[in-house]
Amino acid sequence: MTLIKTGVPSRNELMTVTPSRERLEKGPVVIVECFQEIPCNPCETACKQGAIVVPNMNDIPRVDHELCNGCSLCISKCPGLAVFVVDETYSSSEALVKIPYELLPLPQEGDTVTALDREGEAIGEARVLKVQDRKQQDRTAVISLAVAKDFSMKVRNIKTRG
Amino acid sequence: MKKREIAVIGGGPAGLMAALYASRMGAAVTLLERHYNPGGQLVKQTHKFFGSQKQYAATRGIDIPQNLLKEIEQQEVEILLDTNVLGYYPDDGVIGYEKDEKFHTLKPDRLIVATGATENVLPFTNNDLPGIYGAGAVQTLMNEYGIVPGKKALMVGAGNIGLIISYQLMQAGVEVEGIIVRGPIIRGYGVHAAKVRRMGVPINTCCTVKSAHGSTCLEKVTTINLTENRETIPGTEREIHVDLLCIATGLSPLTELLWQAGCQMEYVAELGGHVSLRDKNMRTSQESIFVAGDASGIEEASMAMVEGMLAGLCAAKDLGYDDGRFKELYNDAIMQLSELRSGSDSEKVRKGLKECTLKEVTS
Repeated sequence: MTLIKTGVPSRNELMTVTPSRERLEKGPVVIVECFQEIPCNPCETACKQGAIVVPNMNDIPRVDHELCNGCSLCISKCPGLAVFVVDETYSSSEALVKIPYELLPLPQEGDTVTALDREGEAIGEARVLKVQDRKQQDRTAVISLAVAKDFSMKVRNIKTRG
Repeated sequence: MKKREIAVIGGGPAGLMAALYASRMGAAVTLLERHYNPGGQLVKQTHKFFGSQKQYAATRGIDIPQNLLKEIEQQEVEILLDTNVLGYYPDDGVIGYEKDEKFHTLKPDRLIVATGATENVLPFTNNDLPGIYGAGAVQTLMNEYGIVPGKKALMVGAGNIGLIISYQLMQAGVEVEGIIVRGPIIRGYGVHAAKVRRMGVPINTCCTVKSAHGSTCLEKVTTINLTENRETIPGTEREIHVDLLCIATGLSPLTELLWQAGCQMEYVAELGGHVSLRDKNMRTSQESIFVAGDASGIEEASMAMVEGMLAGLCAAKDLGYDDGRFKELYNDAIMQLSELRSGSDSEKVRKGLKECTLKEVTS
């Protein structure tokens, strides 16, 4: 089952956008979960490192994970909210996952929230490390989460508590 | 009777761009818009747009009209709001419109029809119960007037509109029980689908509404599954308790004025219904009439904006106006359109356009 059948990218689809193990072990890196040729390129415009290239506006973004420094400027620019940053070097047991978030109220730094996977299923807990909501993000907040290391490629949303 | 060089009917993304570029070339333009607030559907699009910088990508739709109006203010464009165009009289080339409860007439040298689209309806038992809305109405209530349209919703349709409005309903605090779609695949962008899926909303393909139930307003919807050939499968009925049913089953071009004007029309399924034949400059079979945006075929707002730009430029050029940049802007618009439509996602539109594009009638 693939994205156009279920709305959830398949394992094979995800493999095409996942950085190498070596790259993940070096620190924060972008994951662009964009699998269709649609006319869109703000991710390329946002990237100061030249790590994301969209040669023709309809191409699927080509990501050079080696050039990406994990700066995260692209997260709030993607109209499809399909860009995430993962840092597996955050601590020995936890990874850091940055997600775009547009629901109010925003979570607060220090909150414990429910971590959700790509199907919206609760898969564990996440600690909110940082909430960035600057003017240039235009109301797409970027939430930094600490999650169990095994979940760095699974957690893509949160549910706030209370 | 009022005379004007160019009249633009409709103040949405296509109409605003048409008025902007025609006036930039130097033409005197009147824009007629039926709403009190210009922008068409943009005024309720709270999400960030796709496309590239030229089409305001990554800008929220609600912020685009203000950007365009600021630029229009620097030109001589007359904007008539709360104005309903009632008809076109082809013998005299005259538009009849209502403003302040009075009937007026206007005779433009060139007319640009940017009237947008209308929503497709879905026939099922009790489809007139309060609580059953078209997608546009849900967005108008929520995003224009700040009114929550219900507590629990079921969405019908998984094109971009159905997916985006499901997301916006959740932003407004409405529970979305699910999205159902008749066909076997999700037609909207995968990124929009992924966004609502990770919020826990199921998307059921091959499923439609059988009937709605409720005494004074919607209380329950019965759905039924379909085969890939769209035949109902008895015994697959499911009852879903919701007070809001949102119908997002597609759009059809709004073309009454083009019919009245005697433009040659053609049914093109890929573009959403009957559309006028046009050349690549958006001129219809009637030499003085141009078309742009969803009225010329259903596409995304980014395409509508560039079509409006193209129609505005060419209508002004017809009347001899060129501020020196016509050629550059014209080539840019043609290139933007071909770029926007070059992806596999636009295959249907490309096929549709082949059926209704006339050989160039402009010099």
